[in-house]
Amino acid sequence: MRYSIFSLLAQAATGHRGWPPMWRNPEPRRAYEAIVVGGGGHGLATAYYLARKHGLTDVAVLEKGWIGGGNVGRNTTIIRSNYLLPGNIPFYEHSLKLWEGLERDINYNAMVSQRGVLNLFHSDAQRDAFVRRGNAMRVHGVDAVLLDARELRRLAPFLEMDDARFPIRGALLQPRGGTVRHDAVAWGYARAADRLGVDVIQNCEVTGIRVERGAVTGVESSRGFIAARRVGLACAGHSSRVAAMAGLRLPIESHVLQAFVSEAIKPLIPGVITYGAGHFYVSQSDKGGLVFGGDIDGYNSYAQRGNLATVEDVVEGGLAMMPSLGRLRLLRSWGGVMDMSMDGSPIIDRTEVEGLYLNAGWCYGGFKATPASGWCFAHLLATGGSHPLAAAYRLDRFLSGELIDEKGQGPHPNRH
Amino acid sequence: MRIPCPICGPRGHEEFVCHGEAGGARPAADSAVAPDAVDAMRAFHDYVYLRANPLGTQRELWYHAAGCECWLLVERDTRNHAIGAVRALRPPADGEAGGAP
Ligand SMILES: Cc1cc2nc3c(=O)[nH]c(=O)nc-3n(C[C@H](O)[C@H](O)[C@H](O)COP(=O)(O)OP(=O)(O)OC[C@H]3O[C@@H](n4cnc5c(N)ncnc54)[C@H](O)[C@@H]3O)c2cc1C
Ligand SMILES: [Zn+2]
Repeated sequence: MRYSIFSLLAQAATGHRGWPPMWRNPEPRRAYEAIVVGGGGHGLATAYYLARKHGLTDVAVLEKGWIGGGNVGRNTTIIRSNYLLPGNIPFYEHSLKLWEGLERDINYNAMVSQRGVLNLFHSDAQRDAFVRRGNAMRVHGVDAVLLDARELRRLAPFLEMDDARFPIRGALLQPRGGTVRHDAVAWGYARAADRLGVDVIQNCEVTGIRVERGAVTGVESSRGFIAARRVGLACAGHSSRVAAMAGLRLPIESHVLQAFVSEAIKPLIPGVITYGAGHFYVSQSDKGGLVFGGDIDGYNSYAQRGNLATVEDVVEGGLAMMPSLGRLRLLRSWGGVMDMSMDGSPIIDRTEVEGLYLNAGWCYGGFKATPASGWCFAHLLATGGSHPLAAAYRLDRFLSGELIDEKGQGPHPNRH
Repeated sequence: MRIPCPICGPRGHEEFVCHGEAGGARPAADSAVAPDAVDAMRAFHDYVYLRANPLGTQRELWYHAAGCECWLLVERDTRNHAIGAVRALRPPADGEAGGAP
């Protein structure tokens, strides 16, 4: 069923009892032209663009749990393209452009809300760094505006501007940044891919990758062997585990990132705000809850929960930035397991196994990348070659020295 | 998460700095100038960048920064954060390279 004002009115008139399921629940077939492992945002977007852009519809997405159960349903929903390095800016800007047309494209309301992303600065040095970043963005045709303290105070009067230790001096604003309803992205892509003929298969865990004479021939799964000569891995957080099934060792560690939501209040926060003197970011959901987060916990983890020391650290950052936060009660907190790569940047590349492709290493910033990641990974799976926008996201860059280290932290994933 | 430091007793993990996966011998310092230097590149690449990233017990290095300043070898389960055996590593002797055991 195509969604429109007419389908909505018709359903409203009949008590919303006639909405069909958003996607089929197919049994896995014995073979596909291409298999995508992992039904998160990236895997589903990949399948969708494989079908829509490359006409490849004999495709299955295999998801071990349910659609939306991974990081795509756990993140803090921020989208932006305010990167600094050349390998990153065009890719993330393409992603933002895809977000801007996504809802029409997939006929699904993903609540894309370009309410602006503010990065606060607290010192002259930090201002200089943001001027440089803003200029790099503008050179690439990305929107960036530098706000002084007065302009910022008008936008966000609740900020603690005159803190003795970390006064707020201004902010770098990306007006086109914002938030997107994360679950809707997973559901919307799943439905759109399904409508084009892709099999979205839930409760199907990949347990092995079959390789014969250096080439992939299919995957073992909890629902039997499924053959395919092209297999794309998009298993955010579990990439090392799945790649190990084909004998690969990756430049990745799995870490846990926590997120928090407060009780709902009336509209307070205009967009997304990130603190510059600690790691803290906050936005307000349409339901009214403040959604916020900060640093990763800092040790390898496959547990989808973190520790209290990080909770304290995140909340301290928040209170320093806006003390009024202290009046709110915390409603929920949770964690997600992410691939932290060695330079903080992702990998979209072929592997040494023919026909086996890797989409991994998204760290804590892969939600915003979902459309472009799917776009470029589909290109790689369909053509066997890297998409120009993702040409820098090579697996061998750690050998060649062409790292993309936005934060300049070196091979310590817990510091990116 | 509490780490039972053999020197200081059980302490909150926020007193420590996590240095990640232990193990993997550092390639010999002179391998970079060996005739098969490409392999040396790969050996260093594997040592610096690749990780086993196990689901389950991992041997890892923690530095007790806000305590005794010892490096500890900790066994920890990455599925549930349960901590197993912990032992302090001896400081490197004079002139000896430090690093992972
Ligand atoms: C708390 C938190 C906050 C975040 N905030 C932001 C943010 O504000 N902005 C932003 O841009 N990014 C953010 N991120 C990062 C972002 O969520 C991830 O980078 C991105 O969602 C990863 O891609 P994905 O959606 O495909 O992952 P997932 O949804 O995790 O998809 C991977 C899927 O693979 C499946 N899988 C794994 N192993 C197997 C197997 N063997 N067989 C079959 N399936 C398997 C998993 O079940 C999972 O569903 C955040 C992450 C977390 C945890
Ligand atoms: Zn100690």
